[in-house]
Parts: sequence; structure tokens; C-alpha cells
Amino acid sequence: MKYVQYLIDAVALGSLYALVALGIGLIFGVMRIVNLAHGELLMAGGYTLYETDGWPAIVRVLTALAVVIVVALLMERLALRPLRHASPTTTLVMTFAVSFLLRSIAQKRWSAQGKSMNLFTDLNRAFTIGELRIKYLTIAAVVVGAVLLGAVTVFLDRTDLGLQMRAAASDVRIAQALGVRTNHVVVGAFVIAGILATAALVLFAPQRPVVTPDFGLQIAILALVGVVVGGMDKPSSATLGGFFIGFANSMVFSLLPKGQRVFLDSALYGLVIVVLLVRPSGLFQRENVTSRL
Amino acid sequence: MDRRRSRLEPGRHLVRLAGPVALTLVVGLASSAFSDSVQLQLHTALVTTAMVVGLYVFSGNSGIVSFGHISFVGVGAFAAGIMSMPAPQKATVFPELFGFIRDHDLGNVTSLALGALLGGLFALVVGTALVRLSGLAAGIATFAVLGITRNVLRNWASVGPGAKAIPSIPQTTGRTQATIALLVCIGVAYAYQASPWGRRLRASRDDAAAARGIGIGVYKERLIAFALSGSVAGFTGAVYVHLLGSVSVDQVYLELTFLTLAMLVVGGIDSLWGAVVGGVFVSLLNSLLFEGEKGLSIVGIDVTLPASSSNIVIALVMGIVILVRPRGLTGGRELRLPGTRRQSARRAPVTPEG
Repeated sequence: MKYVQYLIDAVALGSLYALVALGIGLIFGVMRIVNLAHGELLMAGGYTLYETDGWPAIVRVLTALAVVIVVALLMERLALRPLRHASPTTTLVMTFAVSFLLRSIAQKRWSAQGKSMNLFTDLNRAFTIGELRIKYLTIAAVVVGAVLLGAVTVFLDRTDLGLQMRAAASDVRIAQALGVRTNHVVVGAFVIAGILATAALVLFAPQRPVVTPDFGLQIAILALVGVVVGGMDKPSSATLGGFFIGFANSMVFSLLPKGQRVFLDSALYGLVIVVLLVRPSGLFQRENVTSRL
Repeated sequence: MDRRRSRLEPGRHLVRLAGPVALTLVVGLASSAFSDSVQLQLHTALVTTAMVVGLYVFSGNSGIVSFGHISFVGVGAFAAGIMSMPAPQKATVFPELFGFIRDHDLGNVTSLALGALLGGLFALVVGTALVRLSGLAAGIATFAVLGITRNVLRNWASVGPGAKAIPSIPQTTGRTQATIALLVCIGVAYAYQASPWGRRLRASRDDAAAARGIGIGVYKERLIAFALSGSVAGFTGAVYVHLLGSVSVDQVYLELTFLTLAMLVVGGIDSLWGAVVGGVFVSLLNSLLFEGEKGLSIVGIDVTLPASSSNIVIALVMGIVILVRPRGLTGGRELRLPGTRRQSARRAPVTPEG
């Protein structure tokens, strides 16, 4: 029964990382950019929640969503759009700089001390079925995760903008020749990434209630590990990778005593390196890997 | 490569080395004119610039950005630090260390050599696997190496201090050693890039397919550069701990990675002159901002900057340089005498590498 409990917790954490990973994967799919500043979107939302403490919860969530989308769009417009024809390495360095800039601003404004987000703390309560103890948060994570992943899938499959995004992701030059407006597609991708980041933030907030400048970085690095391991090329494989990494992380934490899991990070990073070496063509080196919007 | 370029006459070597060497000497000598705290900042500038030169040896010559070089700095720093701490004290503070680490200590120069040796060995091992990658994959994989290094250094109490700091490291890095260290790094970097190995690697940077076509073993050339670069980085890490006097894991992690990368990008990743200019320029900017936070009088006007703004400014400068002057302040060229511009010195803008 203990193991069923672990499984349930792991599925919940996996859903959260899947949301973050899909955001990263979508941006990579459309723009061929690995956005190292994705975590700072969660951080920005986290500080918004801190600043709006005391407002009605729904208003706080919507405010955080607005702030996250604005930050995402500014990132795209000011830092990444001018670099559309630069090499992937240049954009990677740029997103690293953006990440550092946003964290430095947060550190200056709110200091390195954690600030409480104080959102939906009631979701930490649990009900029991037999020996199983299920948090409301677990159900919320799984439901919201499934709904949003489903919604993004429907969006990509059924709407004009979604189809254009997929077209751009598979071959940007032909998509442009067919009349896909690249700026619309890119802005759309960043808005969706912002929505996914906010959703993940809202679900992380009850269990990790303290936001620090590194809050988003820690989550995004792990999600990025999942995206690389799963495969960046397709949003679906990136999402699965994110889910896998969250799930595995949770299981390892439940199963191994503290002394034995301190090297977990090394194992995960090692996995990234192995995947990059052994299956590079499946991950980065598609035929048109350098043709971005 | 035309023959004229590959056989530089000695005079041109001197001209190209003159800029970096002169800048180093100016910073080193100037430091004696300032207060202790400014001196410390200038010595830090020299050592940090040496780290940038270490990063440049690989990234500048190969065109592959490494996010993991602070791993090698960290290994050099921790090796030199733990081996410089007096053995009797080590036995009480860190009893869990392996015996051969716990019961011995090394002198200053030996510890610097140890840093260089271990940094180079570690880079050789890592590079054997990683230099096959380029572009984004290399960026992420080197970042992963940094994560692993930090994780291991922080948790493996048999080889290091774990989450604690290494205390009581003799502070032997002053003006003399910092200046000499940077000069040594500049000398090594220049000797490498002017050597046949360096020239072959630079050819592969400019056009990987063509380089392979004329028989250059890109993997081998990259590996040589990576190991040499790691060795320089390990050496600078060792110099760095002798400046700090104590070191903990977080001092050789993301912030230093960001700072050194920003310096290289701001100065210009393609040339040694760019690495040195970037290192010195960003260091001085950092110092100026740091002083500004305490209150500074510039041409009679008192300026007080809000605290801890220096990282924000450096990140902004880095971003603006990438957008406005992607080849860096130096334009990616070595220093030349006025009037000696040659057409062949210009490359096409950075192209995505294979």
C-alpha cells in the first residue's frame, strides 16, 4: 500500500513537471531556442502572488498570469526576436543572460530571503481511502495537468494558429512560403508557455510556498533535463520527458533514505549527457535543426 | 588558410601579445596606488580575467560555448584549497577526508600546479565524451557537467569540505602572483592559438566541413583544446582560492559561470584580446558599481547607486552587446598596429556550427 501511495505522489509531481516541460518544448519546437529563462517566468508569477497576498485568490492567480505573460512577451520581443537569425549558441547565451538578469532584479527587489506565496494552502489537506492518504492538491495537479495538456493538444491539432505552429515547427521555410506569419506563431507560443508556467506555479505554490530568486531555476533545470531526455523536437515527447523526470524524482525521494539520494542530481545530469551522446540525432540534430523562425 | 597568415613573422606575434600583456601590467601595477579594498578588487579582476582566458582557449578557438568551465575552476580551487590547509587543522575540521588528503599539505606553487593538473585531467576525461557535441547540445551537456561537479563537491566529504567552506588557506595571491598568473595564462593561450593545433581548430570553427575535407581531425583538435583549457581553468581556480583565503561550493557555481561568460561575450569571444579586454572591462565596471553602492564622487557629483545592482547592470550590458555588437567590444579581432588591416582578418558573422 505504501508503494501505491508513492505512485500517487509521483504522478502528481510528474504532472507539474510535464506542464513546465511542455512550455520549454513548445518554444524549442517553434523557435529552436532552449529558453534557460523559462524558470524565471514561474519566479515572476511567484513574486506576484507574494505582492498580492490578501486579494481574492482568483484575482491573484489572474494577476500572476498577466504578469507572467507580459514577462514572456517582453523576453521574446526585446531579447529573442532580434536574434532570430543568430546561431543557436548565441540565443542560448542570451537566454542565460536574461535568466540571470531577472534573478538579479528579484534578488535586489525582494532579497535572497524567501517570501511566502500563501496560495491555496487548503489544498495541502488530505482525505484517506483505506490506508491511502490523498491530498486535494494531488487531484488538482493531475486534473489541471491533464486538462491543460489536452487543451494544448486540441489547440495544436484543431485551430489555425496551432496548425501554423506545427507547420513552423516542422519546417519553418516552407511554412513561411505558405503564408504562416512567424511573429503570430512565436507570440502564440510564448503566451501558451506563459499560461503553462502559471498553471505549474499555482500548483507548486501550496507545496513549495516560499518563493526565492532561484525558485523557478530549480524547477526549470529539472524540467529541462526531462525535455532533453524525452526529446525536444516534439511537444509530446518533451511533455513525456518532463512527466518522467518529475515522477522519477518523486519515487527516488520516497524510496531512498537521505544519505543515498544526495547524488541524485549527478545521476540526472549524467543521464542528460548520455542521452545527448547516444541519441543526438533524435534530440537536436534533425535535418533542419538550425532553421528557425 | 594562406601561407602568409600561417607563417607570422615574430614582430606580429609581439604586436598581438602586446595588448593583453600591457593591459595586465597596467592593472597589476596600478593596484599599488589604491586602498586595500580597491587593490583586492583589482587582483580579483586579474584572476577572473585569467579564468576568462581559460574559457577562451576552448570556446574562442572552437566556436563552442562551454557553460561548464567553472567545473574545472572549481576542481582546481578545491584541490589547491584543501591541500593548502594545514594538515593538523584539517584532521580536526574535516576528519572524513581520505587519509592521503587529510594528512598532507602542499606549498603554494605545488598547489597551483596541482590545480592545473587536476583541472586538465578532469577536462580530458569529460572532453573525451563531450567534444563530439556542438551547438545547443554542447551547451546543455557542459551545463550538466557543472551540475554534476557541484553536486559531487558539495556532498562527497571524503574529497572535500562538503557543504562547508575550506578555511585557513594561505593568501599568497597578491599583486605579484595575480599578475604573473594572468601573464602565464595569456602566454599559454597565445602559444596554443598560434600553434598548428590551434590553427587547425580555428579552421574547424570557421568551417567544420571544409576543415574535415582537408584532413583535420576535429574531434582530436577539440579534445586538445578542451584539456588545455581545463588545465588553465584549474590553475586559475587554484590562484583564486589563494586570493580568497577560503572557498565554498557556491563560489564556483552559477554566478561565476555567468560572470566569466559575460566577460568573454562582452569582450569578444573570437580573440584573446577580446577575452582580456572583456575580463578587465567587466571587472572594472563591477568594481565601479560596487564602489557606487557605497557612494562615489564622480567629477564632483555624489552618486549613490542602490545596493546589489551590479549583476543587473552586467546582465544588461551582456544582453546589449549580444544584440548590438555580437562579436564583442573588440569585434573578435586581435590587436593590430594602426594601418595593418588585412582583408582576410574578417570572417562572416558567426554561423551555426554542425
